[in-house]
Amino acid sequence: MNTQPTTLFDKIWDAHVVKHAEGHPDALFIDRHFIHEVTSPQAFDGLRKRGISVFNTSRTTATADHNVPTKDQHLPIREALSRHQVDTLRRNCAEFGVELYDLGHPFQGIVHIIGPELGLTLPGMTIVCGDSHTSTHGAFGNVAFGIGTSEVEQVLATQCILQYKPKRMRISIDGTLANGVTAKDIILYIISKISASGATGYFVEYAGETIRNLSMEARMTICNMSIEMGARGGLIAPDDTTFDYIKGREFAPKGEAFDEAVAKWRSLKTDDEATFDTELHYKAEDIQPMITYGTNPGMGIGIGEHVPLLTEIPDTEHVSYSKSLAYMGLEPGMELRNKAVDYVFIGSCTNARIEDLRTVAQFVQGKQKAPGVEVWIVPGSVQVARQAQAEGLTDVFASAGFELREPGCSACLGMNEDKIPAGKYCISTSNRNFEGRQGPGARTFLASPIMAAAAAVSGRVMDVRELL
Amino acid sequence: MSKETFHVLTSTAVPLPIENIDTDQIIPARFLKATTREGFGDNLFRDWRFTADNEPIQDFVLNNSRYAGAEILVAGKNFGMGSSREHAAWAIHDYGFRVVVSSFFADIFRNNALNTFVLPVQVSQPFLEALLSAVEQDSTLQIVVDLPAQTISFGERSETFAINTYKKTCLMNGYDDIDYLLSLNADIREFDQAHA
Ligand code: SF4
Repeated sequence: MNTQPTTLFDKIWDAHVVKHAEGHPDALFIDRHFIHEVTSPQAFDGLRKRGISVFNTSRTTATADHNVPTKDQHLPIREALSRHQVDTLRRNCAEFGVELYDLGHPFQGIVHIIGPELGLTLPGMTIVCGDSHTSTHGAFGNVAFGIGTSEVEQVLATQCILQYKPKRMRISIDGTLANGVTAKDIILYIISKISASGATGYFVEYAGETIRNLSMEARMTICNMSIEMGARGGLIAPDDTTFDYIKGREFAPKGEAFDEAVAKWRSLKTDDEATFDTELHYKAEDIQPMITYGTNPGMGIGIGEHVPLLTEIPDTEHVSYSKSLAYMGLEPGMELRNKAVDYVFIGSCTNARIEDLRTVAQFVQGKQKAPGVEVWIVPGSVQVARQAQAEGLTDVFASAGFELREPGCSACLGMNEDKIPAGKYCISTSNRNFEGRQGPGARTFLASPIMAAAAAVSGRVMDVRELL
Repeated sequence: MSKETFHVLTSTAVPLPIENIDTDQIIPARFLKATTREGFGDNLFRDWRFTADNEPIQDFVLNNSRYAGAEILVAGKNFGMGSSREHAAWAIHDYGFRVVVSSFFADIFRNNALNTFVLPVQVSQPFLEALLSAVEQDSTLQIVVDLPAQTISFGERSETFAINTYKKTCLMNGYDDIDYLLSLNADIREFDQAHA
């Protein structure tokens, strides 16, 4: 064993290297593999062509989320190509013996929401999925990252992938968040500071007092968007908050096995003397409610700030910057406060867990959505939807005039039926504001659930702090 | 699954001087519904190439016949950011590109490209700018990408690029990662059982 001071990331990675050969990438063993309908069909085809089976079916779990309608899920999927893709997943899972949480199953939902809520995502693991937001799972203190379809095939076939170890970055945040400032604002703030490519080549550990004080769900929101600054993934050392969340979940260890696991998980932390390739520090007090104005997640500002002037942007970026603002229909130097919105989307693997829904419900209780605004609220999983129903949140949304849909990725990506029309403004709790991400021509403002809720009731982008 | 190989490519190039091109631009999500790897090239850069009514957008470079047949795409820095969809690399390959040149690539895209036998060539920013303006001026300019020597050259200019030896061997010989991993099967079984 290594006696050098080591980072948490290195400890987990090193413990999973099956073979390290000079000049070769590491063969990294994968404890948990999630698959969905979009990035798996070609991987199963590959297995068929080679005539091989899934290496260990108990380590792979499937769900249907990206391409599913969020209305009338009990009916056959209307759109032929979407239906074909989901049917293909069903056939593949049946043929290869992989567990599938299909539409209608009580465990169905967005893949990065169901892993944690089912206790499949645990500290110390290696976790992959053919989806870049696999970084979400890192909130539990594991090494989780997104992969491409060829790599999905590798994991199905061998339970390993070939990877070069990324560099290590630690981002520490200390201090107390102001009222109305949430985990989503922390991560949008960090990305706005270091840019959409600022952590490319790195695996990020989030640390510091502010992070420690966050709930598990808030930590997931942060780790979720690690990829938005280019990082392979992000992780947070597990602690009592983590263990309390895991306890009693469907597939989590139970009884004595749980206690033994916790005893082991307690050792999962970065040694005091360990060094990182890059260290960054931020203060919670400097963070305002955030909103993006451009077409990548690094283009964010505090709600009290203005869209940067051309003079505030490096010369070499003027062309891309102007193109981005033109797409968004915005001018340099303007404020986003009071900008009218057409759609509000509260959903996605970033912010569609029960705490997000509670925050929104608490804010809109007794209020009405603004006229002319469409508000979609899409729970991340069947379990979240049922919980929201049980807590009466569903009724709050209904009386506010929000449209509550069934679980799926929905308007996070313009793939299923839920799309934002061209030219329309949508304030969205999702993670990407790329051109066309929410539908061709759609204009996205990324923000927190409470900022989205404030926009829902006022019809414009608001500084939520003025309403609290 | 691709069994092609890559050694030396001499071709013209398409200039796309835009930074931070994300995978949603390369292949929009609504075109990810296929269950095979083929055919994605038709929708490469779909929303930049065609209007909502499927009319070609004349001033987009892929609709410029001067650049037809080029096998090299030259793009601004931070190419391929965003989602892990390998479909982005498949679309580039299916359209006919074998090389993407940029001054910076997103991690997952780089892996996906290599697994798709598309060679990502990372060059310095000055070299990139020189190359972009050269191909903008002369669409017939021949660029040579030499994988064994790890060089990219045009006119008088040449630069070396990095690629790890393992992936270089794979590309030159048409191996893929699964071939290697399958050879470790016994070690992996043992590891799996020890970590049940
Ligand atoms: S909710 Fe959005 S980001 Fe999350 S997995 Fe679905 S499509 Fe990807």
